Amino acid sequence: MLCTKSQYGAATWWELLQLKIFIFFWKECSEFSQRNTKFTSLCERAELNALSEKEKAEMKKKLEEEF
Amino acid sequence: MPENQLQPEKWVDNYADYLFNYTISRVGDTELAKDLVQETFIAGLKSSKNFKGDAAERTWLIAILKRKVIDHYRKINSKKGKAEVRINYSTDEDEGNWLEERVADPFSKGGDGAIENEELGIAIQDCISKLPAKQAMVFTMKTIQGISTEDICNELGINPSNLWVMIHRARTALMGCMNKNWF
Repeated sequence: MLCTKSQYGAATWWELLQLKIFIFFWKECSEFSQRNTKFTSLCERAELNALSEKEKAEMKKKLEEEF
Repeated sequence: MPENQLQPEKWVDNYADYLFNYTISRVGDTELAKDLVQETFIAGLKSSKNFKGDAAERTWLIAILKRKVIDHYRKINSKKGKAEVRINYSTDEDEGNWLEERVADPFSKGGDGAIENEELGIAIQDCISKLPAKQAMVFTMKTIQGISTEDICNELGINPSNLWVMIHRARTALMGCMNKNWF
């Protein structure tokens, strides 16, 4: 989870230090961290879009009017 | 008994983001994309009696959406009338191979890259649609919409620990899904 938080820049310095220690000592952690970083770059590359909950609520309302 | 059945009450929650991403890469305009998705849902509702159940719900909606996109382009192109092609043989340029300079670079990978990124987006959206609803919502709000942790927690009535656990689980599932579908 520390790895996930670090992908969003939300890890504290202490959490980052713990993460670095885990990555150094545990291969699985290091591999997971690499996959996580790669996934972040894929998401950035894809330029994903999403409708806000408000926009979805408006769509539902219009659809209900048609029902 | 048809294999697939329509559930219009779940369309927005299940497919709105997928259709929106699909559309926006084709029309390049957010508001237009939203309108086309809305029109697709309404058209789907009106023609629900024609649904035979052979295709999956989302596949069927995408087929309607594709026709909506085509209709949109037909409409705007019919307004433009016949295109005029003018080549400006300006003498401002240097002499020599000026025509070759105007031809697209055959070694440019811009077009292929854009198509690949679009397909990547669709693949990720497809994986997001397989997540549990709350995980998908939290992941979308944090990663795609860039909403702050505090705002998400306030809106969904969860604490930051819950949020990070959900995002972590969502990302782990998405990485597994992308490993199967993309790599």
